[in-house]
Amino acid sequence: MRIALFVTCLCDTLYPQTGKAVVALLERLGHRVDFPRAQTCCGQMHFNTGYRPEALPLVRGFADAFAGYDAVVTPSASCAGMVREHHRTLAVQYGEPELAAAVDRLAPRVHELSEFLVDVLGVTDVGAYFPHRVTYHPTCHSLRMLRTGDRPLRLLRAVRGIELVELPEAESCCGFGGTFALKNAEVSAAMLADKVRQVSASRADVLCAADSSCLLHIGGGLSRLRTGIGTRHLAEILAATEGAER
Amino acid sequence: MTRTAKNEPPGVVWLGTPHFPVAARTAVGDPQLRENLRRATTTIRSRRLAAVGELDDWEDLRTAGAAVKRAALRHLDTHLLRLEESVERAGGTVHWAADAAEANRIVTELVRATGEREVVKVKSMATQEIGLNEALSAAGITAYETDLAELIVQLADDRPSHILVPAIHKNRTEIRELFTTTMGQWGRPAPENLTADPAALAEAARLHLRERFLRARVAVSGANFACADTGTVVVVESEGNGRMCLTLPETLITVMGIEKVLPTFADLDVFLQLLPRSATGERMNPYTSMWTGTHDGDGPRDFHLVLLDNGRTATLRDTVGRQALACIRCSACLNVCPVYERTGGHAYGSPYPGPIGAVLTPQLAGIEHAPSLPFASTLCGACYDACPVKIDIPEVLLHLRARAVESKRGPLPSPEALVMKAAATTLASPRALAWAQRAAALGGRVLARRGVLRRLPGPLARWSASRDTAAPPRETFRAWWRRTHRRPGQ
Ligand code: SF4
Repeated sequence: MRIALFVTCLCDTLYPQTGKAVVALLERLGHRVDFPRAQTCCGQMHFNTGYRPEALPLVRGFADAFAGYDAVVTPSASCAGMVREHHRTLAVQYGEPELAAAVDRLAPRVHELSEFLVDVLGVTDVGAYFPHRVTYHPTCHSLRMLRTGDRPLRLLRAVRGIELVELPEAESCCGFGGTFALKNAEVSAAMLADKVRQVSASRADVLCAADSSCLLHIGGGLSRLRTGIGTRHLAEILAATEGAER
Repeated sequence: MTRTAKNEPPGVVWLGTPHFPVAARTAVGDPQLRENLRRATTTIRSRRLAAVGELDDWEDLRTAGAAVKRAALRHLDTHLLRLEESVERAGGTVHWAADAAEANRIVTELVRATGEREVVKVKSMATQEIGLNEALSAAGITAYETDLAELIVQLADDRPSHILVPAIHKNRTEIRELFTTTMGQWGRPAPENLTADPAALAEAARLHLRERFLRARVAVSGANFACADTGTVVVVESEGNGRMCLTLPETLITVMGIEKVLPTFADLDVFLQLLPRSATGERMNPYTSMWTGTHDGDGPRDFHLVLLDNGRTATLRDTVGRQALACIRCSACLNVCPVYERTGGHAYGSPYPGPIGAVLTPQLAGIEHAPSLPFASTLCGACYDACPVKIDIPEVLLHLRARAVESKRGPLPSPEALVMKAAATTLASPRALAWAQRAAALGGRVLARRGVLRRLPGPLARWSASRDTAAPPRETFRAWWRRTHRRPGQ
């Protein structure tokens, strides 16, 4: 199986440790991972902000960069959702049947990390060790767009040393919403305040999620209020092992 | 589409209040409002979840409801003509109104013809949409709202902030105060020593309204559904005020959006299951009034049905946006919306607030009148999951965002458009991206203190007002890969 990592522009720039964790994890499970260097961004920011013509070349670029792989793994539910739900919309809207066909071939092979591990590789115990008290925030796009369900939690429960605590009102949005956080900054901040309150109430030391964008947002609030609660992407916890703890 | 002309006034009243982000800012800063909204939406949400959880076939019901509505909209013209025929056969009169002004004119003339100067009203979204009360008042006719929450809103000279609970933004203490000071100016005053106990408040409203019901000779209502095959019109309510208005007066005028028509009476089956559970979390709706034309010696002697277009036909033309017309106004999407919960309804500047308002108002009024509404969402998807007729609100939001952006494109790009263009160029090539990443990392490290960015420049200051950002790392993933994986062709 030829596996490609789609690291996402956000992880690439701000959270390289998340991408490295995916590579380390998959290699530990006996797979080789490629990083096609032509990749950039799935176009979600442009698409979600209404700039569709600007997003189209990114759809093309994605289809070119990842054609020929059996599986594309990404540490972002929302980018996986963008590719699977909306790349086709764009190709069709701008009358590009060849691109639409390429998207149709590629999209089903694009997997968010927890989907790839549980559904494609069939593992839940990835041999990780992470001796910390962790709470998990199911991001909106993993929950309601990809419907990853309890896959991330099943993976986390199998981690050795971990103490998983429940996040109250876990399923409510953290308020990020991409450019929403700039266009409606106060409403976004009000939602963030509630999420920060619930994370604190969980008494966790680490907040985990499967989207770096939401972690950027919630982590930003946790840091601003000096809660001392850190954030870890799911991939980083699953990649952690005894003796090599991050 | 003629309605998208810039100089044409919107057919939906009360737009032009500050744009959503500005109005929302004020709302978010009001602790009393936030408390009222938090309490009310939390309560309705959990009631809905319990009521929906009781049914094993809820998903099938949703699918059925969505299918009936979509099929009905596909042949709307046929169903409407059939409805007209059925209603007239049963003794009613049907009027067609292309827009708000025409609907208001029709209703005003109908009331004038009765010689009355007062009407009682059943809570109705369509008449809010067209500003009927204001139009009647301009013609010297007073419209009295009889739904408890609408009465509160009317007494306070306020605007509704929720589809189902229009006074959701007010708490009991505020209502007691309002009743004590204003009821007397409209009719029977509130009892002395009125308390803020819900039962006492309801009793005060009951006494105040009772004299209106007994005196009224003309009523104006909306409609939840109308069945094309039988001509039966349906109003679903929970206080009994609607039943009074629909049965006691001699003349009944119903204003109904054309999308409310159902092909057959039997279609009510699914909707009378979907609506109460989604709206109030009740298994069955308390007062469901149905009438078919007129009957001698029973109910109104004159029945007029005003079929309102007001932007609906134009909305139907949009293959993505048209699904918003399937809405049965249950408000479930408002109650689960994290944005609505924090801003309330007024920020949406339309009688249709929350997620459905964000997709309906710009379509009915024209996107140029409400360009910020499709952006009033994080796209969290909670609305879609709650919607009993499966309207994919996030999909419509995205579609309308694109329309909003396109409608603003001109020879001079906006600052946002410039940023988006620059970002697109950068992201179009891995080389340009790597260059931009190096620049960002450098800038980030200059601005950072102890690895954290507390204040960001330009529009990003809105982000950094409430959030820290870790300084970009020295080495991007891309650079790390290049350094550690020197395989050709990669
Ligand atoms: S859009 Fe759906 S959930 Fe919202 S009010 Fe309409 S029917 Fe109810």
